[in-house]
Amino acid sequence: MQDVDRRDFLKLAGVAGVTFTAGLFAGRPVSAQAADFHFVQFSDTHWGYSGAANPDAEHTLEKAVATVNGLAQQPDFIVFTGDLTHTTDDAKERRARMKRFREIVSALRVKDVRFMPGEHDASLDKGEAFKEFFGATHYTFDHKGVHFIALDNVSDPAAKLGDEQLAWLAADLKQRKPDDQIIVLTHRPLFDLKPDWDWTTADGAKAIELLMPYSNVVVLYGHIHQENHHMTGHIAHHAAKSLIFPLPAPGSQPKRTPLPYDAAMPGLGTRDVTVAQKVSLVELPVTKS
Amino acid sequence: MYRRTMVALLIGSAVGGAVRLRAAEQPVEIKISAKKFEYHPDKVTVKVGQPVILVLTSEDRIHDFKMPDFGIRTDIVPGQETRVSLTPDKVGTFSFHCDVFCGDGHEDMEGTLVVEA
Repeated sequence: MQDVDRRDFLKLAGVAGVTFTAGLFAGRPVSAQAADFHFVQFSDTHWGYSGAANPDAEHTLEKAVATVNGLAQQPDFIVFTGDLTHTTDDAKERRARMKRFREIVSALRVKDVRFMPGEHDASLDKGEAFKEFFGATHYTFDHKGVHFIALDNVSDPAAKLGDEQLAWLAADLKQRKPDDQIIVLTHRPLFDLKPDWDWTTADGAKAIELLMPYSNVVVLYGHIHQENHHMTGHIAHHAAKSLIFPLPAPGSQPKRTPLPYDAAMPGLGTRDVTVAQKVSLVELPVTKS
Repeated sequence: MYRRTMVALLIGSAVGGAVRLRAAEQPVEIKISAKKFEYHPDKVTVKVGQPVILVLTSEDRIHDFKMPDFGIRTDIVPGQETRVSLTPDKVGTFSFHCDVFCGDGHEDMEGTLVVEA
């Protein structure tokens, strides 16, 4: 199915929200034999959160799982770009939240699921509990000719990738051809979106510098609880909505406090990502009650 | 008379300049303590051009003091003073926040530096 056809189908099915239609890879010819496929990105589910910003917090994740399970064209795989759980100082409670989160998402029809940590999961114990439940915090995988790189910019509480991970990234990229299709997954933005709101990665510029020689790179991330689209040179960065509460647009209000709760949850959702010669995004609001 | 007035003016100017220079060189110490999830005080007011030393301490765990508008980022470690020199060169209100994730409430750990003319 062509990506445009899939977007039309999702709209007809009453599932799709706003479609981001721009070609997100640089659009240059690629030598890799990238097949048409799609996957779904969940982000910032914050299981365990309790508060006025989302009185429905106990059910929102389950609704999102049902929404994605209702897609007629099931994705090839699913990625979670961090903050699976809401943070707690209690290590036992942290594990209980991860356990319950894992139980909920085990209902996904698609069983190829990749997890990444956010600072709420990993910054208080340097990723120890996350690794127990979900495995490595940074890794790569390949799917139908596209190379995926999951970066961990949260296990260090100072929001650093660190020299060791950057060296690992450099070594991985050396194995790539300049026009390979590469999708980078992170939790925090790699660029300085709004440093005074902590929307940055301390050494993210070093990662971007390593990625710059590659002509077809897209970065998908979370953390900021809203859509955001930004270019650093030819590299596109796309933030995803959360499944707990939306945050204000960068700099739109004095503090980064959650937006007021709206029972229709227009600011929450997941995202369908279609990959062909370019990448297309379709936002999937939470629709299942 | 004219000569005496000029000398007096020159002396006055020199003395005044020296006073202003001493004032500009004398840094003001401002103590800020950090704990989950607040700074105390969380609002600090200074004069533009006035050298300041921020004396930062933590009451519980490692926090951080980050003020991007002035390129400041430093950890605050319990049991020791962290001193940061700053001479604000612009008027305005500038935010600072904790840059080391410290728990549920970390996102609210912030304050403001007000620089007056």
